Amino acid sequence: MDIVLDVLSWVAIAGGLFFMLVGTYGILRMPDVYTRLHAAGMTDTMGAGFLLLGMALQTVSGIMHGESSYWFVLIRIVFIYAFLLFTSPIACHALARAGLAGGVEPWSNERRDES
Amino acid sequence: MFFVATAGILVSMTLALVRALLGPTVYDRVMAVNIFGTKTVLLIAVLGFLTGRPEFLDLALVYALINFIGTIAVLKFFEFGDLGLTRRIHREAE
Repeated sequence: MDIVLDVLSWVAIAGGLFFMLVGTYGILRMPDVYTRLHAAGMTDTMGAGFLLLGMALQTVSGIMHGESSYWFVLIRIVFIYAFLLFTSPIACHALARAGLAGGVEPWSNERRDES
Repeated sequence: MFFVATAGILVSMTLALVRALLGPTVYDRVMAVNIFGTKTVLLIAVLGFLTGRPEFLDLALVYALINFIGTIAVLKFFEFGDLGLTRRIHREAE
């Protein structure tokens, strides 16, 4: 059972790292703010979600060894993920709104030469 | 394995910093700093597991709160030119 939990946790952490690196590459690669926000949102939900899932699986294996203090660690991980789940879309929305209000034109094929 | 996770998060933090330095508009920079903060939360959490002290998650939780409030405050400042004080005064005057 231990080895199963360990393997699942490593897979989740590797997946989280993959999504995080791809999202950050997207931030560098995309042409304007709004398209970059798309890549940034993926980093927050998928990358952070999988990384925290991997850590949660590690604490579950700690709980199964009888260390009851790991329950609180698990609760904290759930709190962090719930908080990220609420704040990340709000921050993305506020960014897009502020960008529109600040007069940033959305990127399109016709304007490719300027950027 | 947590060491690999730490290294990967540090690499992506560096890439986010590159965008914060390059970003043509101020919104790019704010977004890069927001992403950087999210990654810092994860870095603190992973570091806690790496050193065998999961109590670090408390710090990660607090950092997530600070990061969100900071981003919203900066965006509000850029969108309205203040943090809402003048609009409240206008409303009260009406």
